[in-house]
Amino acid sequence: MVQNWVPVLVFLILVTGFAVVSLAGSWLLGMKKPRPEKLVPYECGMKPIGTARDRFSVKFYLVAMLFLLFDIEAVFLFPWAVVYRELKIFGFLEMLLFMAAILGGYIYVWKKGALEWER
Amino acid sequence: MIDYLTNRDFLLMVLRLVIVFGGLMGAFAYLSLVERRVMAFVQMRPGPNRVGPFGLLQPIADGLKFLFKEQIRPTGANAWLYLAAPLISLVPALLSFSVIPFGPALQVTDLNVALLVVFAVGSLSVYGIVIGGWASNSKYPLIASMRSSAQMISYELSLTLSVVGVLMIGNTLSLVKLVQSQEGLWLGFIPRWNIFLQPVAFVIYIIAATAETNRLPFDLAESEQELVSGWHTEYSGMKFAIYMLAEYANLIAVSCIATILFFGGWNGPSFGPDWMVMILPTIWFVMKISVFVFFYVLMRSTVPRVRYDQLMRFGWKLMLPVALANILITSLLVALS
Repeated sequence: MVQNWVPVLVFLILVTGFAVVSLAGSWLLGMKKPRPEKLVPYECGMKPIGTARDRFSVKFYLVAMLFLLFDIEAVFLFPWAVVYRELKIFGFLEMLLFMAAILGGYIYVWKKGALEWER
Repeated sequence: MIDYLTNRDFLLMVLRLVIVFGGLMGAFAYLSLVERRVMAFVQMRPGPNRVGPFGLLQPIADGLKFLFKEQIRPTGANAWLYLAAPLISLVPALLSFSVIPFGPALQVTDLNVALLVVFAVGSLSVYGIVIGGWASNSKYPLIASMRSSAQMISYELSLTLSVVGVLMIGNTLSLVKLVQSQEGLWLGFIPRWNIFLQPVAFVIYIIAATAETNRLPFDLAESEQELVSGWHTEYSGMKFAIYMLAEYANLIAVSCIATILFFGGWNGPSFGPDWMVMILPTIWFVMKISVFVFFYVLMRSTVPRVRYDQLMRFGWKLMLPVALANILITSLLVALS
């Protein structure tokens, strides 16, 4: 089975090589005349105010945490779905329990308002 | 080692790899032209038609122009991350093609967990966006990359969950076996495609894939009117070209997966002499992908953009429960049958 992965590795090297070579080629062939005005980060034509590495809303962290929880659920569902026909009704009931637990969390998150964006 | 590098299987693999890679590069180049031309026709203007007949040489002109452009790094940008971000975007996007079967014989490698590889590699592309947006040291890219990462991880849930229904029917993670399981016809005229068994999953997949690839109506990451051009505002020249390449690679990759999971992959009528039987599956496959790509291009030029709170509400409160319900109903039906 391991030798099946060799082409993936070769493809990875090929793709990375392609990207690096095109960047290097552009660096060699392109003109290089940096001026301070040219290198200013874009902010509608005026001088940037303050730093760009600013704080951002905590909602993004919340989304990331919820994603982790539900993505783990998806990870468990994948192998279950592949062998589902062998598990028969036992697999169905087991997954029903698992889903019920996840659904409880989902309803709690919804009721808590974590899924509201505009608050 | 020498033995391995010169044996027939390895050389065949290299040949297939070159065909796949070359074909993809041509497809990306001309996809950029097709997208601009089709959008132009929708908006009743000619589009790029000056370079060569019908503008067919436009991609080459664009490539040369990208090559000779000056490489700019904004002041205060993080040098290595700014350089690495387009690569982090492109490499995973292209890597998923190493396991996608374009025909019975045209596949770089057949893995038994190919679908898992595609999803694992596909979810890495969010790093390219976040790192690029943060490293630019500019405000618009930062806002866009935060938005985009939240959007992509929200819709990735529905994307992965929509596939579970198909897996319950196919019972395999190998893309080749999934295609083979859809061979043949029902009642003599309906192809045994999974879309007829999993229509809800298909709709969820298509919507989530649109959001994953940051295309309209979900292109909040680069909404021009608010964020200039999103996370690649500070990128120009070849680095920008690599970002665009990654975007097109993602678009074709999700179309490939949609074709394999729901539209029978390379399955189609087979006729004619031996050489036609050999290349027909690949032609069917490419035609099915083209339909999806054309659909995405048309959608880009016809639907308006949604608001960000609408996007998140839609993803978490509608797509996710529907995807879960689809899994439950499918599992019940499979258990009863």
